[in-house]
Amino acid sequence: MAKSTLSKEDVLKKIAKYVKKKKYFLPPGVQEEMAEWIVKEKLFDKIEEFVDKTFEQYRRNMIEPAEACGIVAAQSIGEPGTQMTMRTFHYAGVAEINVTLGLPRLIEIVDARSTPSTPMMTIYLEGAYRVNAEMAQKIANKIEMTRLQDIADLRLDIENIVIYVDIDEKSITRRDIKREDIIDKIKKIKKVKVEEEDGSLKVIPEEPSYKGLLILAENLKKLKIKGIDGIERVIIRNEPGEGYVIYTEGSNLEEVLQIEGVDSRRTRTNDIQSVARVLGIEAARNMIIEEAHNTLMEQGLHVDIRHIMLVADIMTVDGTVRAIGRHGVSGEKSSVLSRAAFEITVNHLLRAARKGEVDELKGVAENIIVGQPITVGTGAIKLAMGGRRK
Amino acid sequence: MVETGVTKKIGRIEFGVLSPAEIRKMSATKVITADTYDDDGFPIPMGLMDPRLGVIEPGLRCKTCGLRAGKDGCPGHFGHIDLAMPVIHVGFVKEIRDCLRATCRNCGRILLPDERIEYYKRLREEYIKEKKDTSYILKAIINEVKDVEKCPRCGREVGKIELDKPTTFRENGKKLTPAEVREWLEKIPDEDLPLLDIERKAARPEWFVLTVLPVPPVTVRPSVTLETGERSEDDLTHKLVDIIRINQRLQENRDAGAPQLIVEDLWELLQYHVTTYLDNQTSGIPPARHRSGRPLKTLAQRLKGKEGRFRSNLSGKRVNFSARTVISPDPNLSINEVGVPIDMARELTVPIKVTEHNIEWCRMMVRRGSNPTTERGEYIPGVNYVIRERGGIKQRIKVTEKNKNDLAEKLEEGMIIERQLMDGDIVLFNRQPSLHRMSMMGHKVRIVPFKTFRFNLAVCPPYNADFDGDEMNLHVLQGEEARAEAEILLKVQEHILSPRFGGPIIGAIHDHISGCFLLTYGDRKISLDDATRILSNVPDKEKLPKIHTDENGKKFVYGKDIFSTILPKDLTISFPAKICSHPPLDDPKECPTKTCVIIEKGVLKQGVIDENAIGAFKGIIIDRIVRQKGVDAARKFIDQVTRLGIAAITTFGFTVGIDEEDIPVEAQRKIEEGIEKAKEKINQLIEIYKRGELEPLPGRSLEETLEMEIMRVTGKARDMAGEIASKYLGLNNSSVIMARSGARGSMLNLSQMAGCVGQQAVRGERIHRGYRGRTLPHFKEGDIGAEAKGFVSSSYKKGLSPTEYFFHSMGGREGLVDTAVRTSRSGYMQRRLINALENLKVEEDISVRDTDGAIIQFVYGEDGIDPTKSARGKAVDFDKIVTEIKGGK
Repeated sequence: MAKSTLSKEDVLKKIAKYVKKKKYFLPPGVQEEMAEWIVKEKLFDKIEEFVDKTFEQYRRNMIEPAEACGIVAAQSIGEPGTQMTMRTFHYAGVAEINVTLGLPRLIEIVDARSTPSTPMMTIYLEGAYRVNAEMAQKIANKIEMTRLQDIADLRLDIENIVIYVDIDEKSITRRDIKREDIIDKIKKIKKVKVEEEDGSLKVIPEEPSYKGLLILAENLKKLKIKGIDGIERVIIRNEPGEGYVIYTEGSNLEEVLQIEGVDSRRTRTNDIQSVARVLGIEAARNMIIEEAHNTLMEQGLHVDIRHIMLVADIMTVDGTVRAIGRHGVSGEKSSVLSRAAFEITVNHLLRAARKGEVDELKGVAENIIVGQPITVGTGAIKLAMGGRRK
Repeated sequence: MVETGVTKKIGRIEFGVLSPAEIRKMSATKVITADTYDDDGFPIPMGLMDPRLGVIEPGLRCKTCGLRAGKDGCPGHFGHIDLAMPVIHVGFVKEIRDCLRATCRNCGRILLPDERIEYYKRLREEYIKEKKDTSYILKAIINEVKDVEKCPRCGREVGKIELDKPTTFRENGKKLTPAEVREWLEKIPDEDLPLLDIERKAARPEWFVLTVLPVPPVTVRPSVTLETGERSEDDLTHKLVDIIRINQRLQENRDAGAPQLIVEDLWELLQYHVTTYLDNQTSGIPPARHRSGRPLKTLAQRLKGKEGRFRSNLSGKRVNFSARTVISPDPNLSINEVGVPIDMARELTVPIKVTEHNIEWCRMMVRRGSNPTTERGEYIPGVNYVIRERGGIKQRIKVTEKNKNDLAEKLEEGMIIERQLMDGDIVLFNRQPSLHRMSMMGHKVRIVPFKTFRFNLAVCPPYNADFDGDEMNLHVLQGEEARAEAEILLKVQEHILSPRFGGPIIGAIHDHISGCFLLTYGDRKISLDDATRILSNVPDKEKLPKIHTDENGKKFVYGKDIFSTILPKDLTISFPAKICSHPPLDDPKECPTKTCVIIEKGVLKQGVIDENAIGAFKGIIIDRIVRQKGVDAARKFIDQVTRLGIAAITTFGFTVGIDEEDIPVEAQRKIEEGIEKAKEKINQLIEIYKRGELEPLPGRSLEETLEMEIMRVTGKARDMAGEIASKYLGLNNSSVIMARSGARGSMLNLSQMAGCVGQQAVRGERIHRGYRGRTLPHFKEGDIGAEAKGFVSSSYKKGLSPTEYFFHSMGGREGLVDTAVRTSRSGYMQRRLINALENLKVEEDISVRDTDGAIIQFVYGEDGIDPTKSARGKAVDFDKIVTEIKGGK
């Protein structure tokens, strides 16, 4: 064969040209895949035949107009729900971190919760941080939330109304924290004096009271010394073929992405709302698809990606992440009857009366209510036979 | 005769608030008497059961419209009650509060200077243009008005309005009577209403304070006569009686000039009754109760919730021509058939219009009467009713033995006969919960004896049905349009491929798979006699197998050849079988166990037929036949493969006994040793932990680490036991055949029966609940060894010790609770999903839009491919194209 080696780009160009000539409609994704197959199977002299056959099959596999794709998608995602596990805690990849999976996670995704019940991040690193354990640990230290109770013991001296803080030297060196930093942080608490005494810190409230002391002790325990809000625990793992990866319990995409050494393109979280905030609605949409798909796949349930896409798209069409339910998509429907039939019936009716709303009876639920054919599927087509007339 | 196919269509529904004038205008009568019936049982005029409000007893005529009660008769008419003093409508208290807060009591205008009002009006226009929620504007206005101290127009001091739930308003702590509120609201000019989020065409704010109350028609609140002859009134009637009574007393007292205090008390009581009449679950007031103590079901309760009007009567409707009974299996029916018992077929009918073409046939049918049989006593369909139209009134005449001949003679064109069900009628068959569209499919009727519905076992997966007492519903289609739609779209074979994942959901299950496995595993030789018996069960074979002769001169047939008889002649496919344990191969011929399936031109050359080939959810052969040969060929194939499988398994015999799970003594000893070792390991771990030498996993406490380590050891121990056990259980074991071929059960089930049940867990942890420091009194306090925490080292075959049994029950209970919780949670999720997505439709340009026209996707699924038709999710099956092109070379 003369043209035995064509690059994928060349093939793609040829395909595009032929598709245009024949006025075929083939999505770019299909064309690309077609090119890959042609290169792989070395069918360079059969490109036109290949395109013809592909188009024929494509046309046959196309979805039919008026198909009630929404209902089919909802059923396809809802039906396997009964087969999923309810167990919240399951270990995925990293044994040390609990992740919500199965049905609760799926419900969480369609609910568009502001925070997932088990937020988690996978932080990929860049350059030297990827291979150097110490540098990776440094990033981890920066990220992990460290409270005073993690690095020190508190002793309450009720008699003198003071609190002694014994700092564990071992753990502060491991966590890269200086003694002065801790003192500074404690000093920032209002109405408190700090003194050093026999190697431990003496915290003295300015207005001594027993109750105040207990409250102060609680505040001290929870005092943030270092790290990023929300990230409770970090685990560093050396992944084969990747290098060091940081897994975290808790998520804070905004701040983690700003840390040097973090690969901002690959770092992931399971918090959809934060992705929408930081990376935009398209990213959130893709993430809904991926999270929902992975949740289902992990349970061994195969659901076509197109159904999940549709759910993700309806959740994100208006540029915000809307929940599936009365506070989101369903509550914003234009039809009064449809909303009333879903939830909070009376309020919707009263509201409609006050605002003089009009139900145009275009949707499915409304037409079922008034007893007319619905407007999707075979009901979408209007056809009358010209019969005898008088 | 005029064909009236044109029906009225409801174009739109407008919502609004009734004005007092409208209520009076549509009222048939003023209601002033609290009593319903007089001593003779006649309704009292101007009482709550006044015949002008409509009638409920059959035969009576309505005094307003003159129509009779009943289906097409009088719909009922509203009356009204004139309230002596105005009362607040509970549903609109928030709106009233907002109106009072935003406007001036003196001049009624919004408490903002003109330019601000203009600004908000412009903002509102913008919001409407962008289809945003306009209620935010009202919120913003109220927020701004908060700081206004004096009305910018008339200078009146602005009071602080508070709402004392549920219906009392206060200005600067001073109570506002509903009359004062109404007076205030009347002052608000129309031009300010849009900013208060009220549409002038639909409502005026003062209408939120009721001066006249509509009385719903009697038909809305029918009274029932108990068998004792007593009348029992509807809850609404009871409530209306209360309202009228208090209203009368209030009026009398006021007119008589009673003290202010008494009038006010009565006024408040009237407010209470009107409030509970509208919504009996208003927070802050006790619900009105029936004499028996049951809370009354008033207007809001009638509409609300799952049992309310909307969800139970409007979104869901009851139908006639339906049937329900227990289901049972019948492998001799085709997958698109359903066996209907004779008793049901006699009741269920199909309407047939008498025309000039079928009038003779119809006469014959009517002459049969309603209970005909053949001479041999077999079922044949008769006619139950003849429907004729006389002067616009439909008459249903029951066909009896006496009048059947007479009716047959009088049969005319245009009449309708209701024919009983017969073989070949298409019906809808359904099992709840109807989670997906395959829960309701079209079947062809087969009339069968006895009392249960019968259908082919291959259709169990889509309905998720089994035969432990499940019941199913059947609906007989009544119109040509419906029948045509069912025929084209709903028949079982149209649903072999599931839209969820684009694979077959209908296919062989359980014994079908075991049977085909036995038939095709290895080079099974089957005597000619057996082969004939098996093949005689399969109709319409593609071809017959080749007969071989062995060294003894005995004729035999290869099992694989028998299976090949049902394969379409042009089917060429190869794939790994379920039983194959090797990694994917380029060439299936290299399969070490020779179990990879190779089918060439309809001949099974190599491999074994199991779940991967013909099973529901997985069956690759079924998938391929649907795509290549169409749904009817696939239907035929499934019919044949199920019959073949059952014929094979009944010929060969297949049984499971308790001794199947016996394993040799040495294996048992090995397992015991392994478990002992595991227990020792656990004790060691505990020792290390107690010495404080256990190294915690990052981010875990010592206890958690220990638990995780122990769980790992127990898990390993069970796997080990299973491995040893399965080594001694080969493919000569029926349970293993079922597990490996995917017919039923798993190897885990087997290893639990033969080897060791393993660690029992609750909430993913070892069992720790019970007494202080121990799970059961059988153990020492603080014992955290294997046995004390729910490790079951026995096998099911050997039997569990009492403590093991208890732990096992704990684990089992968790499973049951889990299932119960899961069904409700996932049901609600699905309801929400359906509600959110129901209006989406693919348009002609393959974009997805909702019914308001908003675009959700420009191209459905990014490539416009139907998931049902897709090749395992991909738009086009390139593998097939490559094979085709290469084959054409």
